[in-house]
Amino acid sequence: MSHLEIELQQLKAETIKMWSLVNLQLRKGKDSLINLDKDLAREVMLSERRVNAYELKLDRDCENIFALFNPVAVDLRCVLAILKINNNLERTGDIVEGIAKFVTNVDSTFDKKLLEITRVVEMYEAAISMMDEVLEAFDRENTSIARKVFQQDELLDDINIKANAVIADYIRNNPENIEAALYLLSIIRKLERVGDQAKNMAEELIFYIEAKVLKHRSIKEQSKE
Amino acid sequence: MYKIESKNVDFFYGASQALKNINIAFKPNTVTALIGPSGCGKSTYLRLFNRMNDLIDNTKIGGQILIDGEDIYAKGVNVDSLRKKVGMVFQKPNPFPKTIFENVAYGLRVNGITDKKFIEERVETSIKQVVLWDEVKDKLKKSAFELSGGQQQRLCIARALAIQPSVILMDEPTSALDPISTAKVEELIYELKAKYTIVIVTHNMQQAGRVSDTTAFLYMGELIEYGNTKTIFTNPKIERTQNYITGRFG
Repeated sequence: MSHLEIELQQLKAETIKMWSLVNLQLRKGKDSLINLDKDLAREVMLSERRVNAYELKLDRDCENIFALFNPVAVDLRCVLAILKINNNLERTGDIVEGIAKFVTNVDSTFDKKLLEITRVVEMYEAAISMMDEVLEAFDRENTSIARKVFQQDELLDDINIKANAVIADYIRNNPENIEAALYLLSIIRKLERVGDQAKNMAEELIFYIEAKVLKHRSIKEQSKE
Repeated sequence: MYKIESKNVDFFYGASQALKNINIAFKPNTVTALIGPSGCGKSTYLRLFNRMNDLIDNTKIGGQILIDGEDIYAKGVNVDSLRKKVGMVFQKPNPFPKTIFENVAYGLRVNGITDKKFIEERVETSIKQVVLWDEVKDKLKKSAFELSGGQQQRLCIARALAIQPSVILMDEPTSALDPISTAKVEELIYELKAKYTIVIVTHNMQQAGRVSDTTAFLYMGELIEYGNTKTIFTNPKIERTQNYITGRFG
C-alpha cells in the first residue's frame, strides 16, 4: 500500500469517527426532545466541542494531503469530498446543538398532540435514517445506498412545508402553548436542514466514487443519474 | 539522542565555500529531505555524512558531524567502518558487472565474511527488504545488467542494506526512473525508515512531500529553513522557501 493510500485510509477513518459522533448527537437530541430530558440536551450541547475539534483536525489533514501528496483523479476527489463532508458534518453538529438548546429553553413538556400533528418525531427519525444511510454508503463506498436519501429528503421537505399551517392552527386552539409550539416550529426548520446536509453529503460521495456532479439537479434527475 | 548532528558545518572546494554554518540534528528513524536549486550544496552536504568528499582533492571541512554522538571527522576514525554504518544510494543505478546475487553479497565479502550460508541468508533478506525477491529469485546468477532501471536501483538499495547500516544516504535515487519504479522506491523509503535513518537529496518537491518527515531547504550553501515537512509544505516561515516550493523562485 502506498503512503498516500495509508493517509487516505486514516482520513476516511477519522471522517467516520466524526460522522458517528454527529449521528449519536442527533439520536440523543431526539430522545431529549421526546422526553424533555434537559440533562441529555445539555450533554448534546457540550459535546458539540468534540465535533468542532474533529472539524479542525480533518481540515488540517486534508490540507496536509494536498500539500504533501498532490493527489489526482479518484484520490483528489476523495480529499475534496471529505473536505466538504467535514463542513456538512460540522454544520449538522451545530444544528443538533441548536435543537438541544431549544429543549433546554422550553418550560413545560411538549404537548403530545402537538408532536403528533406536526409529525416531528417521524421527521426526526427520517433525518437520523438519512444520516445513517449516507454514513453506511460512505463506509462501504456504495453510491446506490447514497442515492436512497434523495427520496427520503422529500418527506422532510413535505413535513416542513406543512408545518406552518399545522402550528398556526394549533396555536389558535391552544394559545397557552404558544411558546412550545414556536420552539417546535424552529426544530422542524432545523431538521429540514439536517436533511439538506445529508443530501449534500450523498452528492459528495457520488462525486468521489463516480465523478458525477449532482448538485442543483432535480430529484428526478438525481435519481436517474 | 540524535542519530546525526551537524554542528556549524562549513565546507570548501579550494577557496570557494560550498556550505556555510549548517546546523541540523537528525532524529533516528526519520526521513529527511534536502531540497534546493542545483549548486545549493545539498549533495555536498549529504556526502559529508559518509566522508565521500574525502575523495576530492583540495577540500576542507569546518565544524563537526556527529553520528551516534561520535565525531566522524575526528582523528583515528576508520572510514571503512563509518561507511558500513552509513550506506549510500546514488542517482543512477550503478550495479557492479556481476550477478544479481554477487552484487548484494559484495559488501559482505569485502568485509571478510566467508560463511556461505550466512551470505545466502543475508542476500535473500536484503533483496526481500527491497521487495525485489519475487522478481529475481529465479535469476540470481544472471547479470544485474539484465534488470530494468527500477529493479537495478532497488538492487543497489539491497546492496546498501546487506551490510546492515543504520543510516542510508540517497542522492536523487529516482531521478533516472519511470513513475512506477519511482513509486516503488518511494514506498520502500517509507517502509525502511522503521529501521534506518534516511537522508535523501531530491529535486522533486512532491517526492520530498511524499516521503519525508523533515525537510531542509538549502540555498547558496546556507540552510534557509529546516523543519517538519508538513509545516514546510503548508506554511513555511521563510519567504524564500515558499518561493522555491511553489516554483516562483526568481
